[in-house]
Amino acid sequence: MNMPSKSYPVTDSSAERLPETKDPALKLRARKTLLWFKQPGALLSLPALFIFVAGFIGPLGLVVIYSFMPERSFAFNQLPTLENFVTIFQEGYYISYAWSVWLALLSTLILIVICWPVAYGLSRIFRRSMILTLLLVLPLFVSENVRLFGWVLTLLNHGILDGTTRTLFGWELPDMLYNAPVTVLGMVYVYLPFMLFPMSLGISMVPDSCREAAFDMGATRWQVFKEVELPLAMPGIMIGCLLSFVLVLGSISEAKILGGQSIIMISHDIETAFTYAQNWPLGSALSTLLILLTAVLVIGLLSRLNLDNLLSRK
Amino acid sequence: MSATETAFRNRKSEKAIRIWTIVILLFIYLPMVAVFIASFSKLRFFMFPVKAWSLDWYASVFSSIEIRDYLGTSLLIAGVVTIVSVVLAIAGALAFARYEWKGRSLYQKLILLPIFFPQAVLGLAILLWSSALDISPGWQLAVFAHLVWIIPIVTLVISIQVYGFDPSVEEAAYDLGASRWQVFTEVTLPILWPGIFSGALFAFLLSWGNFPLSTFTTGAEQTVPVWLYAKMVAGYSPQVPALGSLTTLMAGLVLFGGYWLGRRKAKK
Repeated sequence: MNMPSKSYPVTDSSAERLPETKDPALKLRARKTLLWFKQPGALLSLPALFIFVAGFIGPLGLVVIYSFMPERSFAFNQLPTLENFVTIFQEGYYISYAWSVWLALLSTLILIVICWPVAYGLSRIFRRSMILTLLLVLPLFVSENVRLFGWVLTLLNHGILDGTTRTLFGWELPDMLYNAPVTVLGMVYVYLPFMLFPMSLGISMVPDSCREAAFDMGATRWQVFKEVELPLAMPGIMIGCLLSFVLVLGSISEAKILGGQSIIMISHDIETAFTYAQNWPLGSALSTLLILLTAVLVIGLLSRLNLDNLLSRK
Repeated sequence: MSATETAFRNRKSEKAIRIWTIVILLFIYLPMVAVFIASFSKLRFFMFPVKAWSLDWYASVFSSIEIRDYLGTSLLIAGVVTIVSVVLAIAGALAFARYEWKGRSLYQKLILLPIFFPQAVLGLAILLWSSALDISPGWQLAVFAHLVWIIPIVTLVISIQVYGFDPSVEEAAYDLGASRWQVFTEVTLPILWPGIFSGALFAFLLSWGNFPLSTFTTGAEQTVPVWLYAKMVAGYSPQVPALGSLTTLMAGLVLFGGYWLGRRKAKK
């Protein structure tokens, strides 16, 4: 490998330029920091890390601080209190949490089942057919509102489906909009690519030779799936599950546009607290719980993955 | 099981997978086609089958100065986001996949975190953060919010290209006496070009269609998706399907056109 020592001769001159300190331990640490910055990779990572800290850690950190401020205050330098978290449990906000978690689980399960054959086909049968991939990617670039609105037009009374059955068979379909199942449909629809592509990445990590060897040794189709394909494709599947779960958990448009508020998602409560209710600390406390749940899941999974292996396949 | 029997069963399951993939494609495109059909319907409120067709709603979209402003804002945000995110992501991807350095493994995971976070909540948090820093919402704040989410994605896209990159090519150029800048512009960038191009496409299109981040950060300078949402929930206008179809078409054109351009360049 090309190591930094070649293009960046590491000399003692860097240490000499440091301000004089008497403490040798401190001097050593300062020198180590300087050396760290001399690595090309470290330097190149700084701009992206800056945006990450200023636009992700900063805002979320502030939200966590706000969650301990007294109700309806707009300053974050008051005495911390836990009253917002008490409010969450007393005023039934946990119901929206339960709904969000339940729908996230349900959508993720449905997505696993419906995406597996397509993901399998993408990496094994269609052999990365570019047109198919582009067709599957395109919805990501159309605002989810427009696509959900398309479902409204489809499922509406006298909409695409109802209109078709009326003219063809004279059947009137029951009301299909504004309930829990259609909300799940919207979630499955919007987050499908987030399951599909990581899953297909995972399946493409299963070498053909492994699969063939298992068949040669007399394994059945089911055994190959369970013992070979599933375990080897697991990292991709887990990323897909995590992405869909977390994104559905924090979703907002599906329940509003398709669900017609028949289900209140936690993000809706958060938005209401911040905007209409002007209760920033409560909104922050609700967000803090969401941040906590997401962080546990995401850090738990990411720390187990080797991203180099996952992404460097050819 | 005999070999022919296995082959036969494979063919059968292959067929099932093909059929299922078509079903999923229909599922994905049905609502988008519905918007398209509705945009040509003359009635103010959509009814199917469509009895009278018209292009009036397109005409009113094109003549609306208000909508032209939203399109301008959307394009401005997407353009700035594309340029900034690609530049930062090239550096970010080299750090991600090219160099061995202390802290790389941690960096790889940190940088991806914004992808794994609900955008609406992130948008609200950035709004809170900006008001604490006394920055008012506007297109600049929207650009910043988009960057937080899009830089990780573009970094990932370019990284995949970087993984396939052979560092010895750079070394050879150094040995031949090339300067650092020459190596970067004449060796590294051309090799990474396909990844950079796809990254730029992703950045532009994701910013163009974004709603959850824009809705909380644009303030008065609305983008097209934000305006569409406002019209969907209150004060419906038949311009919604027309403008929705136009943005969908534009995304499709950019995506397929970009792919076509990229392939033509690769062939040369």
